[in-house]
Amino acid sequence: MASLRTTSRLFAASRPMFRPAFARTYATVEPTPTVQPKIKTFKVYRWNPDHPSEKPQMQSYELDLNKTGPMMLDALIRIKNELDPTLTFRRSCREGICGSCAMNIDGVNTLACLCRIPTDTKTESRIYPLPHTYVVKDLVPDLTHFYKQYKSIKPYLQRDTHTADGLENRQSPEDRRKLDGLYECILCACCSTSCPSYWWNSEEYLGPAILLQSFRWLIDSRDERTAERKAALDNSMSVYRCHTILNCTRTCPKGLNPGRAIAEIKKMLAV
Amino acid sequence: MARFSGLQRDVLSLYRKCLREIRNKPEDSRINFRNYARAEFQKYIAVNKKDFNTVEYLLRKGHRQLELYATPGIRNIR
Repeated sequence: MASLRTTSRLFAASRPMFRPAFARTYATVEPTPTVQPKIKTFKVYRWNPDHPSEKPQMQSYELDLNKTGPMMLDALIRIKNELDPTLTFRRSCREGICGSCAMNIDGVNTLACLCRIPTDTKTESRIYPLPHTYVVKDLVPDLTHFYKQYKSIKPYLQRDTHTADGLENRQSPEDRRKLDGLYECILCACCSTSCPSYWWNSEEYLGPAILLQSFRWLIDSRDERTAERKAALDNSMSVYRCHTILNCTRTCPKGLNPGRAIAEIKKMLAV
Repeated sequence: MARFSGLQRDVLSLYRKCLREIRNKPEDSRINFRNYARAEFQKYIAVNKKDFNTVEYLLRKGHRQLELYATPGIRNIR
């Protein structure tokens, strides 16, 4: 409606001869009832690499929830836009499909874009980067090692033979169904960084996210290097550092079950 | 002679690695790489040796930078 009005006004201004004789005045807007502002405090982890000898600290921001979108990411974007442009965080899709905005909110690893702001204004929300990661700046963790581990499991189709008709590698619906609950993983690293076992052994233990992906390639009916993949995992560190703590399954913002995938890998390795 | 702590030895070994890596660069640009490496270390010369968090962060950053500048595509630096 507002845009319609603007265009008609512009139209009238540029061509006054067409102005209607009795222009209708705008209806007076009924004053909106004053709503009680809902001020919530957000405490955000801040650390600037330009001053490496300064200690990290928690900075408080206050926002009116009536003017903020429902999700944590909305609050962060509003803080960055209106209160403090130096706040740094990763974000992209704002709908839980890219995995950029993974962070620790009120003690739980989750995606800021999928996490509702708790409406209770008495308690403050605390936002930290993913635990046990090196921090690049503020809420941005260094995931280089995580991506290196992902690369190490060769996350792509490995085949030596071609299909008889030279077309694409096809799969039966039943085989495709096996990948449900695995292919949805967006590698946000929420599960891996919530796993105590991964905290202490991140150099060698692959962690739930990477093992879920490993399993996804192990059971793919089109992949022909299953034995090789199994051999690469069959050592005391890669898989068996998982002690079924199941923090991964509790925290996964996509509702996947890395714990089950690891159990299935253990089963495959055992028989 | 003063004994170095483990962390101090890590810093010295990073510096040594940087200087050794310079030998893989073209001869006429080596002096630039040397000046750059020295300047990077000089920048943080005042950091307290007991400020472990800072030194460890700078070490990680240094290793990352070394890895980047050691790639053969980089032939000169200003």
